[in-house]
Amino acid sequence: MTRLTLEAPADVRLLDKGLSAGEALAAFNAAHPEAGGIATFLGKVRPDDDVRVLELTHYEPLTLPGMRELADKALTRWPLDGVLVWHRIGVMHPGEGIVLVAAAARHRRDAFHAVDFLMDYLKSAAWLWKREKRADGWHWIEPRAQDFADRNRWA
Amino acid sequence: MAVRVLFLGPLRDLAGVPQAEYPAPLDWETLLAAVPPAVAEQLREPPVHVACAGMVLADKADLAARDDDEVALLPPVSGG
Repeated sequence: MTRLTLEAPADVRLLDKGLSAGEALAAFNAAHPEAGGIATFLGKVRPDDDVRVLELTHYEPLTLPGMRELADKALTRWPLDGVLVWHRIGVMHPGEGIVLVAAAARHRRDAFHAVDFLMDYLKSAAWLWKREKRADGWHWIEPRAQDFADRNRWA
Repeated sequence: MAVRVLFLGPLRDLAGVPQAEYPAPLDWETLLAAVPPAVAEQLREPPVHVACAGMVLADKADLAARDDDEVALLPPVSGG
């Protein structure tokens, strides 16, 4: 297996196929040897509501630049060694990974907070649109009030 | 002499097409008049944003798209 090379301090990607959490985290761990800890979150397609597939669309000129700005905000806000922000686009099936976020820090609390912050913004402020295919066809997913409330915790 | 307008997310279903071209220049009022009525109705809602030439407008009423600009209509997002 070719060793992944990550950008430091922020590795931000949009992936149109498979998101390998194990490979990403091995590379992230190797890229931040000084960290005292790494917190990670892997978001997956929930196998419920009769969901057959999920599709995420993006807008090239805005989506990745917006994710990079978000990663920079996390790096400014907490003393971190680095962050990894990977998001899938395209068609996914239940059980597949949609988003992988990791933060490396000297101390665990900063890493936990940074991952929580990044996820709250990715859910409700990144330029991504999600729809699910169920038995009766496609349904667009609207952000929930809880998603905005979660994000507002960081204001 | 045209502006390309992209209908993103659920707006694509309302428009029936992923994108359309309208004569330049295009401002907020001419945009509302040009797009399908169902899209115009959504566009007036505060959570729908507008980007022009790769920049999200702080106030979408300030839209001033010129020839060859790409305008993206951005409904509420849902990532993660």
